[in-house]
Amino acid sequence: MNRGNRVTAQSEGFGRGILVVGGGISGITTALEAAEVGYRVVLIEQLPYLGGKVAMMNQYFPKLCPPWCGLEINFRRIRQNPRIQLLTSATVKKISGSEGNFYVFLEMKPEYVNHQCTACGDCEKVCPVERENDFNLGLDKSRAIFLPHEMAFPHKYVIDENVCLKDECGKCREVCKYDAINFGQSPEIIEIKVGSIVFATGWELFDVSQIPELKFGVFPDIITNLMMERMASPNGPNKGKIVKPSNGEAPKNIVFVQCAGSRDESYLSYCSGVCCSVSLKQALYLTEQDPEVNVKIFYVDLRLMGRHEDFLNRVQANPRIDLVKGKVGRIREEKETGNMICEAEDILSGIKISSVADLVVLATGMVPNVSPLEQISTDESGFVSAEKLEPGIYAAGCNKNPQEVSASLKDATGTALKAIQSAK
Amino acid sequence: MNKEAKKIGVYVCSGCGIGQSLDIDAIQSVASENNDISISRVHSFLCQKEGKEIIHNDIINKELNSIVIAACSPRVKTAEFSFDPSLVVERVNLREQVIWCNPPNEEDTQMLAEDYLRMGIARALVDEQPEPFISSTLNSDILVAGGGISGITSAIESAKAGYRVLLVEKEAQPGGWSSRLLKQVPYSDPFGTLQDPIIHEKIKELQNFKNITLLTSAEIKEISGQPGEFTASIFNNNSIIEYKVASIILATGWEPYNAANLIEFGYNIHADVVTNVELEEMAKSGKIVRPSNGQAVKSALFIQCAGSRDEKHLPYCSAFCCATSLKQAKYIRNLYTETRVFIVYKDIRMPGKLEYFYKEIQKDEQIFLTKGTVSEISEKNNQLVVTVKDTLIDEKINIKVDLVVLATGMTPGNSEDLNLTYRQGKGLPGLKYNFPDSHFICFPYETRRTGIYAAGAIRAPGTISACIEDATGAALKAIQCIESTKRGESVHPRSGDISYPELYMQRCTDCKRCTEECPFGAYDETEKGTPLPNPYRCRSCGICLGSCPERIINFKDFSINAVSSMIKAVHIPDEFEEKPRILAFVCENDAYPAFDMAGINRLQYSAYVRIIPVRCIGSVNKVWISDALSQGFDGILQIGCKPGDDYQCHFINGSELTKTRGENIQETLQTMMLEPERIRTEFVEINEFNRIPEMINDYLETIKEIGPNPFKEL
Repeated sequence: MNRGNRVTAQSEGFGRGILVVGGGISGITTALEAAEVGYRVVLIEQLPYLGGKVAMMNQYFPKLCPPWCGLEINFRRIRQNPRIQLLTSATVKKISGSEGNFYVFLEMKPEYVNHQCTACGDCEKVCPVERENDFNLGLDKSRAIFLPHEMAFPHKYVIDENVCLKDECGKCREVCKYDAINFGQSPEIIEIKVGSIVFATGWELFDVSQIPELKFGVFPDIITNLMMERMASPNGPNKGKIVKPSNGEAPKNIVFVQCAGSRDESYLSYCSGVCCSVSLKQALYLTEQDPEVNVKIFYVDLRLMGRHEDFLNRVQANPRIDLVKGKVGRIREEKETGNMICEAEDILSGIKISSVADLVVLATGMVPNVSPLEQISTDESGFVSAEKLEPGIYAAGCNKNPQEVSASLKDATGTALKAIQSAK
Repeated sequence: MNKEAKKIGVYVCSGCGIGQSLDIDAIQSVASENNDISISRVHSFLCQKEGKEIIHNDIINKELNSIVIAACSPRVKTAEFSFDPSLVVERVNLREQVIWCNPPNEEDTQMLAEDYLRMGIARALVDEQPEPFISSTLNSDILVAGGGISGITSAIESAKAGYRVLLVEKEAQPGGWSSRLLKQVPYSDPFGTLQDPIIHEKIKELQNFKNITLLTSAEIKEISGQPGEFTASIFNNNSIIEYKVASIILATGWEPYNAANLIEFGYNIHADVVTNVELEEMAKSGKIVRPSNGQAVKSALFIQCAGSRDEKHLPYCSAFCCATSLKQAKYIRNLYTETRVFIVYKDIRMPGKLEYFYKEIQKDEQIFLTKGTVSEISEKNNQLVVTVKDTLIDEKINIKVDLVVLATGMTPGNSEDLNLTYRQGKGLPGLKYNFPDSHFICFPYETRRTGIYAAGAIRAPGTISACIEDATGAALKAIQCIESTKRGESVHPRSGDISYPELYMQRCTDCKRCTEECPFGAYDETEKGTPLPNPYRCRSCGICLGSCPERIINFKDFSINAVSSMIKAVHIPDEFEEKPRILAFVCENDAYPAFDMAGINRLQYSAYVRIIPVRCIGSVNKVWISDALSQGFDGILQIGCKPGDDYQCHFINGSELTKTRGENIQETLQTMMLEPERIRTEFVEINEFNRIPEMINDYLETIKEIGPNPFKEL
């Protein structure tokens, strides 16, 4: 990996170079697969660190294994590959040229912490500013200068420029022995020349507070599936202990609301393809963590494709997980207990059921994260429309199609080949 | 072997609190215990510009060939501590695994740091920088087995990247199953209407590539060799021709589940019960009629998951049948405006944008979707009566129809069609249900036969779109393997590693352990059982090194001697000091980072443990265990990643091997008259750093209970 030097270094490699936009698991995969063939790759990420959404996940389904294991391998591959140049806090501003000869303007946001940072942690101890920790989806706080997480790569501290007092305070700079902090940085634009470009800009969670009936943001004990992942993670807000946000107590009756906004013309008309498996996974680890937990999952269809069927069987064999066909249309509060009542209806049969919960998990779908560039066309749901992209420009992963990690990575690997064909 | 004399530079960093927590002068003096150390220095910020310059200057002026850096974890500051690739660089982790997990300025913390430096120096004295294995007979061609949608896609995509392809199809025409379709389920925006099968375009496109050779009515008789230099013998036109290829894509597709097994759905009993494959044939011929009498179909019923998601038949979901039935329902509705079509399903599985197609189908008021299970099919008045139970309204219903379509699933083709001459078998090892799929979510193209990548429906059941995507990815991996092989580099997961096992054959006893235990089938063997290594099949995990009782398998930078020297470098206090010593072999990819993260979180655990990272827990050789016990270590931990069905070992069976080899090790303990508890195996996931203190301290308690190792005094 070539880093520290922010101007494109021309290392040895085949062809004309490939730009990969997005440092989540799809972008990392595209970049590595192309670089390990022998091509030069510039990998850019808008945040100061790589890993995207999978770095936030506690476990992958159906193996219930930690995503960090694969990230560790991938970060090692990046570290040792001289053909990959990593640029963090970078976004694409403008693209000109055509297949084989693209000129790309990148905007580099100041990070204020340079690569001399050793992640020793002295700065964090003196930082007076607290902020909502976005990595933990606001479930806890961090300082304005912080190590995003234990696996953060590049492994260095990050400053939240929206809250940092910078020169007004300067305490972290004073205590840093390595000259790693500099508030004098300003944004820069750099130009790079590449043969092809892959957008792997990923997804964001659908803002489920748009659905008034589901009361997200109204009742504190209604959370999203991604919040559940952070809570369950060993480096999450409670070191992996799952609690009710309202009072810190362990929940006992948990209801999962599938298709919370998905397969619904008013919100997301598509199926995100992962939320069923995610909820089953979460139901499993919840019942494993606490022998008193009972889980009910309201679903429309259980979509666990291929070999994932075993995983469904495993969940069905768990006496404390109840799978019920029905779409939750409304959640209300049970006044006396403060519990929530989820009201579900099966659309085809019209049958109504309701269930009481002390924690509700909304299985919320994916919304594509798409770079606002003229070269990128989208379909009616906002996903990148791969067929409409001009030659030499490609999309990989969840900005193109809502899908699970392994499907995204097959796509990312194949897209690396497409990028090579254009850059050769 | 003419070994260059070692000239070692030792650099101790006192930054990040190391200097405040340890007696640095005492640490530095460890370096003077050894005569091969040319220079040792302490610097306060070794990773910064000045520190790096000092090391660079020493390398030149003192002609160093090995560097020992005692600073932070080898997982960080890698770029800063990268030097000329011909140098051996050994990182000693004084930060994450010493000062961050132990109290400062205590005797035990100091002893730990000094031992780690001794171990680092010992390793640097033995390690050599590997040089890549380069064969002179490498080629760059790709063999694609199977000329269906996946194989054709792989061939075209490889050819577009400039590679020559040999495409072998057993039938007289290319195209496979997808060329028999009337229409394809929507695969591009707006995903609303049926599309023409994409295969026909692809077959045409295939003919445009001069660098693709298509052999039809052809059969693979034998494949031998290794990536970069496979020899494939192919039977075609009544003769067998040998082709040299560098990598292989296995895309031999699928077969429909045998409907003859589905007597419960009346197949072969009632003439008007057909499979989805048969319905497609009818549709393609332009005539969908009742097979019993050739008359029009006035009503039809699709049974989803016919023999799928069913322990008696196929336990898995084939992932294409829902969409196919909706498509075929549309065929029927297009032919007959009055016909009612029922679809009885468990779940309608139309993920992603296929949902749009599902919505289109739902607009047709003559298509009825019902959740339920078909319990019986009978015939009455020249019609089929389908009994459906477990419906949402909990009633048993009888539906009378003219035609029943069974949505049957896919079974994988046989990967043994490759006819590999490998010692471990002719095909790719199958995962569950015999699909040679990847076990890993993060690495969908991980393969157990290096240079051979499965693609499409043989690997996992799915739609044509999924096969196309998969086949493109497999082509990239086949190309990547060719290029990595040319550089002498290993492919995933140790991609870029140029080291490979070297065997001192004079001492080989033909015990076959290496040829049996290699997870990637890298070793063939002679009739006598003598191993025949294939370095390009090797993934450098070191499991063969761990397996060899004669200790004849070594890598330049990972050897029996290197680890034994590290073990012997540790100072073992005598039993009266009451400072037990525990040696921990830890998996480099999961447990080692977990120890680092325990340090990052400043979790404290005993300073009596000495960690040696290994490529895989399966690479631990028994001799290291007896070395450690004779040396006086009181206990040994082997910490690997999770074994079992959901194993996390990227070398497949590394953790599993600790079980089978365990008995062998217990025998060693018995011969040494030692307690079985002196060795313990633990499995740690990378994110389980919170578990580490308890795990270490708990083992220490066990060791304290059984008392010191009696070999200490010897």
